[in-house]
Amino acid sequence: MLSLGGVGAKSTKPSFVSYVTPEEIKLEKEPPKKEIHPDLLPGEVEFCSANPILKYTQDDLSQRGIFGTLFCTNFRITFISDEISQEETTKTFKNKLYGENDIPLMCVDHIYGVYDEKRKLITGGLVKNKYPSKMIFHCKDLRVFQFCLTYTKEEDAKRIFHGIAHHCLEEKSLKCVFAFSYTGTPSPEMQRKRETILFDSPEDWTQEMKRTKANCRLVTENENFDLSQRLPKYFVIPSALGDLFSYQGKGFPIWCWSHHSGCALFKASLPPVTQEDGDIQKHVDIMINAVAHNYLYSAKTEDLSESLPTIQDIQQSYNKFKQFFLIENSTDFWLSDMKWFSSLESSGWLDIIRQCLQKAVEVVECLEKENTNVLITEEDGTDLCCVISSLVQIMLDPYYRTLMGFQSLVQKEWVAGCHSFLDRCNHLHQKDKECHSPVFLLFLECVWQLVQQHSPAFQFSETYLTVLSDSVHVPVFSTFLFNSPHHRESVMKAESPLAQSSQLSCPTVWDWSVQFDSKAQNFFFNPLYSEKVKNERAVRKPHKLKHQRQLSLPSTAFKTPFKKGFFKDETESLKKMLRVKRLSRWIGSPDSSAAISREFYESWQQRPLDYHGLLLPCLDGLAVRVWMQRYLRWIPEVHILGGGSMAVITKIMDLLSQVQDLKRVLEHSRDSSQAAKLDHSPYIQHRLLSFGSSGRLSSSFPFSFSRNQSFKPIIPTGLMQCLMVTDSLASQEDEASSFVSLV
Amino acid sequence: MEKQQHSSGSESPVLPPVPRKPRSLGGVIPAPRQDSVDLPDSPTGSHVEWCKQLIAATISSQISGGSVPPEAITREYKVGKKIDFKVSRRTNLRAFKDVRRQAPMDEVPLVPGETVKTTVKDVMYICPFTGAVTGTLTVTDYKLYFVSLERDAPYILDVNLGAISRLETISVQSLGENTSGMEIVCKDMRSQRFAYKKEEQSNLEILEVLTKYAFPLSNELSLFAFQYKEQFPEDGWKVYDPVSEYKRMGLPNESWTISKINSNYEVCDTYPALLVTPTSIKEDEIKRVASFRVKHRIPVLSWIHPETQATIVRCSQPMVGPTDRRCKEDEHYLQTIIDANAQSHKLTIFDARQSIVAENHKAKDGGFENENFYSNMDLNFLDIPNIHVMRESLRKLKEVVYPTIDEPHWHSAIDATHWLQYIRLLLAGAVKIADKVESSKSSVVVHCSDGWDRTAQLTSLSMLMLDSYYRTLRGFQVLLEKEWISFGHKFAARVGHGDENHANSERSPLFVQFIDCVWQMMRQFPTAFEFNELFLITILDHLYSCLFGTFLYNSEQERVENEVNSKTVSLWSYVNSQPEDFTNPFYVDYENHVLYPVASLRHLELWVGYYVRWNPRMRPQMPVHQNLKELLYLRAELQRKVEELQKEASSSHSISSSSEHAYSPSNGGTPLHTSV
Repeated sequence: MLSLGGVGAKSTKPSFVSYVTPEEIKLEKEPPKKEIHPDLLPGEVEFCSANPILKYTQDDLSQRGIFGTLFCTNFRITFISDEISQEETTKTFKNKLYGENDIPLMCVDHIYGVYDEKRKLITGGLVKNKYPSKMIFHCKDLRVFQFCLTYTKEEDAKRIFHGIAHHCLEEKSLKCVFAFSYTGTPSPEMQRKRETILFDSPEDWTQEMKRTKANCRLVTENENFDLSQRLPKYFVIPSALGDLFSYQGKGFPIWCWSHHSGCALFKASLPPVTQEDGDIQKHVDIMINAVAHNYLYSAKTEDLSESLPTIQDIQQSYNKFKQFFLIENSTDFWLSDMKWFSSLESSGWLDIIRQCLQKAVEVVECLEKENTNVLITEEDGTDLCCVISSLVQIMLDPYYRTLMGFQSLVQKEWVAGCHSFLDRCNHLHQKDKECHSPVFLLFLECVWQLVQQHSPAFQFSETYLTVLSDSVHVPVFSTFLFNSPHHRESVMKAESPLAQSSQLSCPTVWDWSVQFDSKAQNFFFNPLYSEKVKNERAVRKPHKLKHQRQLSLPSTAFKTPFKKGFFKDETESLKKMLRVKRLSRWIGSPDSSAAISREFYESWQQRPLDYHGLLLPCLDGLAVRVWMQRYLRWIPEVHILGGGSMAVITKIMDLLSQVQDLKRVLEHSRDSSQAAKLDHSPYIQHRLLSFGSSGRLSSSFPFSFSRNQSFKPIIPTGLMQCLMVTDSLASQEDEASSFVSLV
Repeated sequence: MEKQQHSSGSESPVLPPVPRKPRSLGGVIPAPRQDSVDLPDSPTGSHVEWCKQLIAATISSQISGGSVPPEAITREYKVGKKIDFKVSRRTNLRAFKDVRRQAPMDEVPLVPGETVKTTVKDVMYICPFTGAVTGTLTVTDYKLYFVSLERDAPYILDVNLGAISRLETISVQSLGENTSGMEIVCKDMRSQRFAYKKEEQSNLEILEVLTKYAFPLSNELSLFAFQYKEQFPEDGWKVYDPVSEYKRMGLPNESWTISKINSNYEVCDTYPALLVTPTSIKEDEIKRVASFRVKHRIPVLSWIHPETQATIVRCSQPMVGPTDRRCKEDEHYLQTIIDANAQSHKLTIFDARQSIVAENHKAKDGGFENENFYSNMDLNFLDIPNIHVMRESLRKLKEVVYPTIDEPHWHSAIDATHWLQYIRLLLAGAVKIADKVESSKSSVVVHCSDGWDRTAQLTSLSMLMLDSYYRTLRGFQVLLEKEWISFGHKFAARVGHGDENHANSERSPLFVQFIDCVWQMMRQFPTAFEFNELFLITILDHLYSCLFGTFLYNSEQERVENEVNSKTVSLWSYVNSQPEDFTNPFYVDYENHVLYPVASLRHLELWVGYYVRWNPRMRPQMPVHQNLKELLYLRAELQRKVEELQKEASSSHSISSSSEHAYSPSNGGTPLHTSV
């Protein structure tokens, strides 16, 4: 590890330079400068630094920039400008952990070095005695930074480059992650009452079963991970499932959620392939049997790994897709603008989103329309199973569309559900490419599609999702740091004596006050969320008619199979036959299943929309969109000053506060004797996003202000490059008649 | 069911429904036909109906930054049970039920002045979305109306004859020997196919009747606008008065004068009677300039900056010709324009064409200003292709979106039409012009070839960016009346009203393209426009419908000759009689803010609400605006109560104007359902 605090005094200290050469800078005799240090977080340690470093301002082709000092700490790479920037202070939406010029080490995606005008990808092992003249950082949150090292003393440049390369690119062990050094105290603000359910106790699960009226069995045998390390500490299984230990920790149908009709969604990993064929078959049969017993002896299984893209496909597609947003300069931007739609299509990312949503709709259809139990399987049961099961629950259960509900869902399906965050997000910069995949991001993308299509149904905003997608790469939180609860527990146990006397102080990501003040947290909420009227809440009407009709069938008799349902009978052969049929039905002909779920969508579409009922996404070509806020937020060329969705939100916020004001005035004047009561009003008394109409918010993220009225518009370049119309039309006259006669 | 309960819940007495039709337009006596707007028997009833859903979709899209593509069930919606479902989400359910009682479903609703020409039973409409239906087809002199009572919900198809571009017989052999087929290709991105029995006498004429009334001008009939007898409380012909509009801009002033030189349309027959020209230029000089400009379309003022006096001037191309002809008067004229603006000594000429094309025009006696002869001038080519390229692009677009969408290749198919790339070019050009005027404070001259197509697009778009007045409901009407209608955009030729020659190369969707640009701006600045998407779609629908006189004929002169103002109704009469329908609830007056839309494909999007509205799958889903409307209503209600209280209160207590805004972040959305 490199020595700490290597901030040697620099001989030069340029304040602001644009076209001034370094020679000129050196001539300027400046007063001895104060040492600049970043404001370190508790537990943060500075490794190395270099000065002066030129940070290119992204929106400019002229290679202009700001001089400052570049630091590398155990948490982040940070650049501190020599000027005092006022911009930071005016931000309405500011992250308390890292600012505009900070890159958490975990957030670094790729580093490129420019050697003699040639751009090379820096990989961990490549570090030699050389250093590039320019470093380009591509971040996982899609920011791009460019730092020039040529003005720095050689040794400093070398040190900072090697330091950064070492800390960002070398494979490291989990205990080096900043979260284990972070000593920030958990904020007392966290309201215990409204806390996210973490699903790390049996009570959480019992409560959830009670909420959904599930009729399943809570398993506590894995408390010490005796059953399997790839299973949650506590989980719920169909009550019909017998001996647990014969499963070798694999192939448990794990309960996800129960529909109000009684049918439920289960997920399972597949039994190990090493077993003999017959054994697997037996396993699967037992699994299906158990699932079917849950409600009305009907079940459907779906092997997600057969019908959805693999995690490698997802990774590949996302890699292509994100390139369109990692823009280094204007020329690149306008060049890539030309074939924008085609490029989008070629990445396939939107199509993967569509496929996932489509699959979720199919599962929803089984639960909602056919009241069939559904078992989704996958080799591990912790990737696409998590995506699909969470999406299904969001579509069916309005609770998960609230902020707390959504966070609980992430805990339930992803964190407690053993999604391998550490491997998938590649937090440790492992070389093994196979296991990296933005599965969780894919899930957030799908949720975003739902949010943008049905925004009043969601209590949270797209900003919340964007922030959540960034928080995955902030190594302060323990939430997304581990591969499973077992992993988490063993690491935490091993690390705690090292860090502190008692426990590690890793906050959960859900403690948003660690990152944002309450004002900024307002952006997480959707101002037009149509909250459920309270008294309606209790009544959750099942589909009575349907229900009764089904119940009227003798449950032991052979029932007519549901439209595309699979129904479980006692005779093995029939069961097998049916299942094979059903599998081919689902997997073999995706077209027809798409057509059927289209029918389902259309019939749903015909009914009046209830934001607290079933919610389905529109999946037509034009409906699946690019998550503009997340992907375009750092590209200055596309920022609409005074426009964008922020303009609407501002308007609504204004309106809301006007209404509140009026209410207050009314109350006040109605009963002035009870005026004191106002102080006890449940409202938190602070000015709400009071950006009024004096300034204009940019559509960019994080919504910086602009008070100047006149600004330069962005004028595209190279407009016609691929539009050169060569056919005869272009040369045709606008008019049939010629104007020669007029001369 | 649960759903219905909920939807009725949202209309619960807690928040009384927003008044369905507040027609109190400042004490104006309501029109005789009170409910005309919402009823299907009004010219625009069904239109308003579905459009409300569409607004809902649009607005929600503005909130989340994207949108669920709204559809339009326009005249293809289903009435009956299903409409009840839809309507129950809104507030005019009762109105619909009333209608059904008054008029049986098989009766054709007519607008005043409309007469039925033929009715044919047992016609099969081959719907590309829901399959074939059999019903009764009625042709009037205004529309084609098809009703089928075959399904449990009556199915209605309603097509304005004005929207028909071409009629063709098609082969429908699969339906039997005696069956004839007919295909109607519309200008508004859809086509319909019908099949009917051959043998019956009355059926033979259906195509003839349709042809006759769909193309009245080709059949020596007059356009339907001259028969239309609806009366509106507002008179749309009074919306635009050139003198008061110029007065609003501060004209005339010492440099610019309102000239009557063209009052008899003698100088230029495609220009309006009143023109704003430099004060110091004399009449004979103007005439010489006119002879140097194509179609005599001299440079005249379109807009003047209220502070800097920088102007937007429009004209046609100079007739430079292959020999580089000069015209001293023209050069002097432009110099005078520079001199009229003390802030800048430069003039920028924006030639909308591609430079190669402009060069080619020289050979045909047109051309562009030679910078050697016109001192102090910059010439800029905006590289916008001509009307034929645009027509072709929209044709390709129709292939992509109607009737079905090839989903896997949707994006690249859109790319291949180049439609959005052209929109981008136009917006980029207009941004350049607006920036020149605003930032460089310099005057600009805009022209293309004739100065009535791309020129109108560019000047009106840049004026929309620069002047917030044009972003109001009235202001936009003025903008259209001025830059498009009075300055001779050849609506008749470009649209082909009542003309059967569908292959005429004069036709081109330039105005549609312009409205699309406005829509793109609206998307980027969702709070900057007083009007909404419905307003834009209404304009486009009546661009074709021939119901109103607004977009008829090619020039002001023709309109005067045909007495359009006295013999037809203006579209603005209709719009301004119910402005609530066309108002954007998010509107915030940005005062003098200049809007620069981002001309990047990343921010441009296909206008699904217009181009793909016939596809029922594109139906808008969520009336987000309902929440907003409730909120607005709540505010109004509270304001009223506060005022009442203030009146009542004998000023004993002062109302503390607490500026503190309350908002509870813990539960996010402020409950809209709390009782007042």
